[in-house]
Amino acid sequence: MSAPAKPSRWALWLPVVLFVGFIALVAVGLWRPASRDVHSAMIGKELPRFDLPPAVPERPGLARGDMLGGKPRLLNIFASWCIPCAAEAQQLEQLRQLGVEVDGVAIRDKQDDLAVFLARNGNPYARIGADPVSKIQFDIGSSGVPESFVVDARGVIRYQHIGVIAPDQVPMILARLKEAEQ
Amino acid sequence: MIANLGLAALWLAAALALLQLLAAWRALRMAGAKEGALVRPVAIVQGLLAALAFVCLIAVFCQTDLSVKLVAMNSHSAKPMLYKFAGAWGNHEGSMLLWVTIMGLAGGLVALVERRLPEPTMLATLAAQAFVSLGFYAFLLISSNPFERLDPAAPEGQGLNPLLQDPGLAFHPPTLYIGYVGLSIAFSFAVGALITREVSPAFARAMRPWVLGAWIFLTIGIVAGSYWAYYELGWGGWWFWDPVENASLMPWLAATALLHSASVLAARNALRAWTVMLGVVAFSMSMVGTFLVRSGILTSVHAFAVDPERGSFILGLLALNIGAALVLFALRAATVTEGERFAVTSREGALVFNNVMLTGALGIVLIGTLYPLLAEALGTKVSVGPPYFNPMTAVFVVPMLAVLAVGPLLRWRQDSFARITPMVAIPALLTGAAASVLVLKGMAVLPLLGMALAAGLALAAFMPLRGRKLSRVNLPLWGMIAAHFGVAVALFGMAADSAWTVERLVAVQTGQAVEVGPWKVTLRTIVPVAGPNWTALEGEMEARYKGGDPRMLHPQARAFWAPPQQTSESALATRWNGQLYAVLGEQAEDGRWQLRLWWKPFVTMIWFGGLLIALGGVLALIGRVWSDLKRIIARGKIAYRRERQGR
Amino acid sequence: MRRAAIALLLAAAALPAAAQDKLPPAPYAYTQLEDPAQEARAKALMETLRCLQCQGQSIADSDAPIAGDMRSQVRLKIKAGEDPEAIRAWLVQSYGDYVSYAPRLTDATWPLFAAPLVLLGLAIVLLRRRFGGKGA
Repeated sequence: MSAPAKPSRWALWLPVVLFVGFIALVAVGLWRPASRDVHSAMIGKELPRFDLPPAVPERPGLARGDMLGGKPRLLNIFASWCIPCAAEAQQLEQLRQLGVEVDGVAIRDKQDDLAVFLARNGNPYARIGADPVSKIQFDIGSSGVPESFVVDARGVIRYQHIGVIAPDQVPMILARLKEAEQ
Repeated sequence: MIANLGLAALWLAAALALLQLLAAWRALRMAGAKEGALVRPVAIVQGLLAALAFVCLIAVFCQTDLSVKLVAMNSHSAKPMLYKFAGAWGNHEGSMLLWVTIMGLAGGLVALVERRLPEPTMLATLAAQAFVSLGFYAFLLISSNPFERLDPAAPEGQGLNPLLQDPGLAFHPPTLYIGYVGLSIAFSFAVGALITREVSPAFARAMRPWVLGAWIFLTIGIVAGSYWAYYELGWGGWWFWDPVENASLMPWLAATALLHSASVLAARNALRAWTVMLGVVAFSMSMVGTFLVRSGILTSVHAFAVDPERGSFILGLLALNIGAALVLFALRAATVTEGERFAVTSREGALVFNNVMLTGALGIVLIGTLYPLLAEALGTKVSVGPPYFNPMTAVFVVPMLAVLAVGPLLRWRQDSFARITPMVAIPALLTGAAASVLVLKGMAVLPLLGMALAAGLALAAFMPLRGRKLSRVNLPLWGMIAAHFGVAVALFGMAADSAWTVERLVAVQTGQAVEVGPWKVTLRTIVPVAGPNWTALEGEMEARYKGGDPRMLHPQARAFWAPPQQTSESALATRWNGQLYAVLGEQAEDGRWQLRLWWKPFVTMIWFGGLLIALGGVLALIGRVWSDLKRIIARGKIAYRRERQGR
Repeated sequence: MRRAAIALLLAAAALPAAAQDKLPPAPYAYTQLEDPAQEARAKALMETLRCLQCQGQSIADSDAPIAGDMRSQVRLKIKAGEDPEAIRAWLVQSYGDYVSYAPRLTDATWPLFAAPLVLLGLAIVLLRRRFGGKGA
């Protein structure tokens, strides 16, 4: 500001300091590309109460109570209309064969479409709940399909995996499940 | 062929920019060096060459020359001609070429016409302009060559994003760019003045038309962009505080402040350092805005450079140009004396107050826009939106609007409130009356404040005419009145839209009627229609305002095929007192059609007000340039007469 | 430019359209609440909740299916008499502060709220230094 006849020195350098701060901030933002994923804030918290009807006749529906006790389980949020989900099915099947209990929630799905999807891609799910209005996603902090959650025996969400479980990520998921045993 | 010519022109222009910088530098270092005479012609030719390169780019786009990578990536032979043409700047490389073209042409024009400033200041100014340009030439030639070739040529182009295929949008980016880049001239003048320590009213007068011009384009760009978002996005919103919107608002706020402080400097030789600082800040905001948009670090998904290399390059240029200017400022500003003194109650006093408030609002927008980035660096994610921006900017904008009503009535240097009380009393009473009526009607706080202030401001805008003979009011004063009245009009539109909008979301059978506010809308039928590169379902709606004559509306749900994408085209029925806004949604399983209808009273005032603000700028610009021309002509005549007499 | 980017944000929301679900929208995704007062409350809240897939828009301005589902949930909860801020808190609990456009005052956001005060303070200092001591 033009105010004083002799502006104090530090005031004149203030814009430079602020500018350097700005450059540092955006440089960090630029070189450490932030993940665009929206992470759940429910990790370490209890699975909220839900009770979903069966999505297909051959599997029971899914409620919170079904996921308690025993060993950690994998909760897979998927849909038949989701193309990446089809690519993920093999890895889920692999996990099932390795003894993992996989529960599914079909988001905004139709029974016929889902039946075709399962027939084509396999059915690794012990239970499949139908959520036609994405409600469970808002409860557990899921923002898309597919997503997978590791839930321990006490019903605490231990880990969220956003996107497809790639073939090379299967051991990592197994490790997460193992971790959840403690 | 044309592509090669364009690339050659670009290289040559870059070389000339370097020559311009070196020649000006040498002439500044050694008084009387011959190189000084080179600077102006070189600046002019450099601008023309940059323009030639840009014309070449437009040509390859219009021909759909698929051997040029940029064309293959962003165009398509089936695209309408308008979008082939506009496609030239609808991408990263093309828009950067547009940037240097505008910079070059503006610099050339300054070199051609500006004769008021001392020659060393002019040289320093043109050196600064060349320095900034050089950075962008380097960016283009090193990492964003628009003329890069494909061998073999692509069989077909990949098309342009359908949402960008809109006549308004085709010309929106260049409009904003002219505004952004026009501010580079103000920046160069400021740097030139700092280098030679020549901060004078002549400096402000030389800078002012450029700031005004840039500001007019920024204003139009923002208004057009806002209206485009309003009808294209299909939900009736017109401002979202999106980072990309903020990127255009920030330079505008800075330019608005600069415009006013330059007036003080030109008229009263005061606010010297402040004006220089704003000159630097205004262009900084242009570059920050460009960086935020181009680097994609704030908005998640984007067609442009989500490429960190490009982002880093712009960031480097930003750090270099603005950092250097700020350091120069810190070193030199202490030697720039404050200039003439003035009292609180004076025109200058009001302008200083509003300058500080505008800068405060700018600070809020900047912080709110960048904060998510800072939070991310600290390990959390936050979103900053309207619930933050609206009240926080209001803290600065509301007092500013109050002073805006009073300021133009005050005399320069020193005045008293007693003198202007009669002129202020009526608008103030009007504001109070409006506020009390609206309180009784139970309006929310911000719309209420907006509407009450708009009422007073609309009246106060014309008060400077009091006691003047209308035929003798000069153009810049008309400009000021138009712009200030425009602020009131826009404010009224914003408040009215947020307070009085009526929304109806319904599913209807064809033939069924829906009421929305005073309108009755009937969905007559749905027909398929086809465009050049899309097909659509079009609703035929009949809308009657208070049982009056029917008006037909045709909203569409469009499907494009190159690239495949769906958009909804809203349909609008405009009246003097507002707009009916209709969107056709999907068909439900029972055969009913989903409609979204809004009645938005006085919403158009937002953009009319914005255009009035721009018109005010145009009037002021014409007035200033005209009086400059008259002065030049008069001086020429005197010189001519002297010469004749001398013989 | 900024428009272009917003357009592209939207476009991104529309991209998965090729793999869109065929289910009709949730009950209150595109339907208003019967009670205008409740609808006004829901609308005000929805304008400040961030769409999770389009990222640059509120759920009140988005055609993304998940935004529609969230609108439906918000309206249902408002209809059931829940307080808008409680609904916001529910979503913040699931997604963190990202989902809300109205930043809360927390350890991570205090600078955001301190900034206006600092700016206001700076403005006052600047104005006082300009005018102080001389009087009018």
